[in-house]
Amino acid sequence: MNNPENAPVIVVDQLTARFGANTIFDRVSFQVNRGEILVILGGSGCGKSTMLKHLIGLYKPATGQVLINGVNINTDDERILRRVRMDLGVLFQSGALFGSMTLAENVSLPIQEYTDLDSATIELIVRMKLGLVNLAGYENHLPSEISGGMQKRAGLARAMALDPTVLFFDEPSAGLDPITSVELDNLIKSINAGMGTTMVIVTHELESIFNIAHRVIMLDKEARGIIAEGDPRELKDHSTDPRVVNFFNRRPPAGPAPRGA
Amino acid sequence: MPGHGHTIQVSGDPGQQVIFTVSGRIALDNLEFFISETQARLREMTPASLTVDLAGVEYLDSAGALALIELESNARGRSVTFEFANLTDKARGIMGLINPQALVTPPLITDRQTGNFVERVGETTLKVIDDYKRMLIFLGELLGALTHALFHPREVRWQDVAFYMKRAGVDGLPIVGLISLLLGLILAFMSSLQLKQFGANIYVASLLAISIVKELGPIMTAILVAGRSGSAFAAEIGTMMVNEEVDALTTMGFSPVRFLAVPKVLATMIVVPLLTLYADFFGILGGLIVGVVGLDLTAYTYLKETQTSLTLMDLITSLIKAGVFAVIIAGIGCQRGFEVRGGAEAVGSATTSAVVAAIFLIIVTDSAFALVFQYLHI
Repeated sequence: MNNPENAPVIVVDQLTARFGANTIFDRVSFQVNRGEILVILGGSGCGKSTMLKHLIGLYKPATGQVLINGVNINTDDERILRRVRMDLGVLFQSGALFGSMTLAENVSLPIQEYTDLDSATIELIVRMKLGLVNLAGYENHLPSEISGGMQKRAGLARAMALDPTVLFFDEPSAGLDPITSVELDNLIKSINAGMGTTMVIVTHELESIFNIAHRVIMLDKEARGIIAEGDPRELKDHSTDPRVVNFFNRRPPAGPAPRGA
Repeated sequence: MPGHGHTIQVSGDPGQQVIFTVSGRIALDNLEFFISETQARLREMTPASLTVDLAGVEYLDSAGALALIELESNARGRSVTFEFANLTDKARGIMGLINPQALVTPPLITDRQTGNFVERVGETTLKVIDDYKRMLIFLGELLGALTHALFHPREVRWQDVAFYMKRAGVDGLPIVGLISLLLGLILAFMSSLQLKQFGANIYVASLLAISIVKELGPIMTAILVAGRSGSAFAAEIGTMMVNEEVDALTTMGFSPVRFLAVPKVLATMIVVPLLTLYADFFGILGGLIVGVVGLDLTAYTYLKETQTSLTLMDLITSLIKAGVFAVIIAGIGCQRGFEVRGGAEAVGSATTSAVVAAIFLIIVTDSAFALVFQYLHI
């Protein structure tokens, strides 16, 4: 909010991820603009999820830094970190709802923690958030009592509880049937259009990439970094890199199949 | 109101056309002030028609949009003609996302009723009865599987048995040894304070031998194993239940009890009697230290006295008890694990109840053994 409208929300600067001697990606830099839906994609093992965990500050980078709204996500200052975290919402792969709490309790948890609102107002906000993800009426259900797609939507409602400027999604369509998956994609698009929330999505579902992405970043295991960037439709038809073309056209690479892929 | 991020300017006359000109930000952090202020102004002005001018609003989040929608429905509830003026596209987008129907949809599940006292007593009783029923069913299954293992020893997963013998037995040696040694020391020390008065120092040895070998050795070992391994079994199987690994076993044609419970029970049955012997040894060693250091007994007299006060039968019954305790610990641990439904919380409560139930049954069984041995004159 302190930034001018056109400044990038996320700046990744020379980021290196290393586990022991194993370098996942090396000196990667990119930016995410305000209101954009950026998809990080790539084959299995290319470091998509590792990248996401670096972006939300769960992993510490070996070198480089991640700035969100101009603040280093790896700062040691607890107060700043708390403010930055309020500005982030994360939808984990399986929703990561707390199993012992009802949906309403799950969604109201961050609101209670970060604001001083009275319980009636919080209840109203929770109803609104659940309505936003089409789960009106489910406030007293436990996560185990609803389906996987509903759990993801409830997870999204919780991620949006504080109206974050950036929402991160880890494989939003994994494990969902095609229709539920498209519904979730449309929900993501409508929230992006309505609230102008910046979104970073890790996925390898081609259909949803073409459906929602404004821009994609493709990571590669061998290159240990970004091998392509841009509009997915553009990349599919006009890229000269065989790895990119193969990915978008669902073609396995020529030659012997890689082991353990 | 400065400091809250928003200002509301009211123009127009009470009871007539009123305009609220809102500027600044309406967001989660100043929501409360915005709601209370607009409510107060609305009551104060009792307008016939209300226009809310949003031209000056710099930032609006979904909570702010919600407040505006609530203001609208509140005003319409008082039959005030209401409209927004200078609604930006952005604000319209956010407000468009909010489904007013959702705000009034009643919950599909109303608050979970806890019921009155009688109901709860009844429910708990039924739950306890059901619990014992399932425990008996599991015991039957387990005994069936163990009998099967006895006649088909090749089908037992001996690798797993060895693994759990290491886990429950070898890894437990330090703590069992330490606790038994200290227990022996304390017991010998405390009893020596009493017996010294009668000059009956030598009876410390027999007191210790009998109490350690017949009661404390088996019980302490069993309680330690319940805490270390019974809980681990429950947590392991419980997590496998949550991850559908047990379902996977079933569909592959394995019997979960035979595959998961039998190796654990067998390993515990082998290991607990051995641990008990080990605990007995360290307990007596503790007594010996006190005897030699504090009571001027020689090691020879102490051990001689220990030997005469114990019979072989004492040792055998102690080992039988240990074997039964082993079945209880491992059986309860596995059974509680298989009972897990749901998620992380259920695993936690299964682990707790595995330890509590095992310790409870150990004590009950021990009392039963005491009576039986008494009447059998063993």
